[in-house]
Amino acid sequence: MTQTAAGEGEVGFPAPIHGDRRLRRWLGSRWQPGRWVNIGLPYFWLLLFFFLPFVIVFQISLAEPQIAQPPYTALTEWVDEAVLQVRLNLGNYALVVEDELYRAAFLNSLWVGLVSTLGCLLIGYPMAYAIATAPERWRVPLLMMIILPFWTSFLIRVYAWIGILKGNGLLNNFLLALGLIDEPLTILHTQTAVYIGVVYSYLPFMVLPLYANLSRLDMTLLEAAADLGCRPWRAFLRVTLPLSLPGILAGSLLVFIPVVGEFVIPDLLGGPDSLMVGRMLWTEFFSNKDWPLASALALVLLALLVVPFVALQRWQSRLEEER
Amino acid sequence: MASHDANDQSSLAAWQDPTAKPYVRIAGVSRHFGEVHALNDVSLDIYQGEFFSLLGGSGCGKSTLLRLLAGLDTPTKGRIWIDGVDVTDIPAYRRPVNMMFQSYALFPHMSVEANVEFGLRQEKMPKAERGERVSEMLDLLHIGDLRKRRPDQLSGGQRQRVALARSLAKHPKLLLLDEPLGALDKKLRTHTQFELVKLQERIGITFVTVTHDQEEAMTMSSRIAVMDAGQIIQVDTPGAIYEYPNSRMVASFIGSVNLFEGKVFGREDNDILIAGDDYLVMRLRCLQPLSLGTPVTVAVRPEKMRLCPECQGPGDNRVTGRVEDIAYLGNVSIFHVRVSPSQVVTMTLANMQPRTEQMLTWDQEVTMTWSPVCGVVLTE
Repeated sequence: MTQTAAGEGEVGFPAPIHGDRRLRRWLGSRWQPGRWVNIGLPYFWLLLFFFLPFVIVFQISLAEPQIAQPPYTALTEWVDEAVLQVRLNLGNYALVVEDELYRAAFLNSLWVGLVSTLGCLLIGYPMAYAIATAPERWRVPLLMMIILPFWTSFLIRVYAWIGILKGNGLLNNFLLALGLIDEPLTILHTQTAVYIGVVYSYLPFMVLPLYANLSRLDMTLLEAAADLGCRPWRAFLRVTLPLSLPGILAGSLLVFIPVVGEFVIPDLLGGPDSLMVGRMLWTEFFSNKDWPLASALALVLLALLVVPFVALQRWQSRLEEER
Repeated sequence: MASHDANDQSSLAAWQDPTAKPYVRIAGVSRHFGEVHALNDVSLDIYQGEFFSLLGGSGCGKSTLLRLLAGLDTPTKGRIWIDGVDVTDIPAYRRPVNMMFQSYALFPHMSVEANVEFGLRQEKMPKAERGERVSEMLDLLHIGDLRKRRPDQLSGGQRQRVALARSLAKHPKLLLLDEPLGALDKKLRTHTQFELVKLQERIGITFVTVTHDQEEAMTMSSRIAVMDAGQIIQVDTPGAIYEYPNSRMVASFIGSVNLFEGKVFGREDNDILIAGDDYLVMRLRCLQPLSLGTPVTVAVRPEKMRLCPECQGPGDNRVTGRVEDIAYLGNVSIFHVRVSPSQVVTMTLANMQPRTEQMLTWDQEVTMTWSPVCGVVLTE
């Protein structure tokens, strides 16, 4: 009896706690300078290191080259010290879009990006799956092995591939010694060498997001599929694969986007026929000193990459919504 | 369940009929994980149409046994037959068995409809027939209006129904349920228990469920196997398990029980006389031949105890003590009575009068009594 009475007493006065919380919430929404710093810093960062450079490059792309310092004309000019004249040159964009060479370079870059992404996916998916399903104590060492190459400079690793792929390199000597081939294969300075180098270099970017996705996969779902009559391979196709789609997308974007603009690997491993936008850019900037044309190339490349990226992002968020 | 009891009386239940063929036969099955023996030489027969429960605490091997039946795991030793076929080496995807998982394991990227249809698609069932079966299942479980939803748009109770519909869709010979009601809140659980039993009686599929909740097992099952440390301790109907446990473990796992230690010192007709601690003499019905001096444990359920002046029959046992604690639960009250420095006896009394008029209070001296047929003599 006494217990019931005490219980009622507590229920009777909840107001002070409630009011206090409301006050704090009111204060909280207005009085947090830390919050503005929190939100503002990344925006400031983006403004300074992404938006401003973008504006500068965009401005250069509308100028004309000249032999001077800087090597492009100014967009604005004072005529008679009274009229501000603005001159915009769209010729660079017209050239990039119309010229066969540039168009071929863009198409080739996109193609190399596509093939390399598929290559990374085909090799990276089984790796990520194996790591995600490995016993707990093996996972960290296996992940370390994926990350370990990052400890060596990217350039050195690409140079190492020259040593492996060249005429009397490691690979050819090995195959000759085994008697599998009679004369050295020409791999270096071909498109194949570019693919090998790109897939090798970008594999971790595919494996890591896929691993993050697959390690969260609920294995009882596969058991449920088996229980309902699904052979392991079909269970993979109907359960694992669709559920790992976000990981596949993330990995593919992380590989595709930088590969399309890749310059170092085609330059070092590719032959004269490895026509890629990255190399074109380099040539225009440093050999031809045509900064405006190079800037236009860079911006067209950016547009080409941003469009599919945004489309994928939309599609993914729609998928999420549907769930 | 009332209906089970009625069956028991009118005709011989399958497990009592020596000519009946078991539907599921588990013979000498062991499963070892390295040094851990999850199951140790388990043998069990389950008959067609049964609602069979594997009951035990965590780590007793009940889930391992269920997974072996599903084919999600293979035994280290022993064989398993289902409907006369040795399925020991048949993989899960070819067994005529379906399972409802504890976590439900609904495919998050598929609608309710697609989840239920999943197993039928694997069978290559024609589309029209598939649609019909899905509708039938959704109607059976009253979830027709959830067809297009995805699992994360469902409540716990709805998910449970979808999981059940999915596992029943293929009309399995055997349905395995791993803690089928574990994720539901208490009220929904009680409601669903009865529904599950009705469903099972309607569709006539043999159910094997795993549970740690003895009340759940008692409510739903035709028979229960009580498991401990990878072994089956007792297999019987809920009533028999409760009234005639075969060991201290079963007695204390199912419901609460008072245990008195003692030694056999005599026999009178069908009763044996047992000398307990503190000059306690007990008389119990026991047909089993026990030699003098055998150490035994007497198990008496709290609700079988009565207060002394009431209904004292000839030969009733009595024990005296002091009331230490009273728990008032509304319909019943539970009394803890200290009968010796080392033993407290629990007694449950129905509250037949309003509480204010009850006579027992703290520190009161009481004598409790129970009839010779109301206790069980345990030798293990």
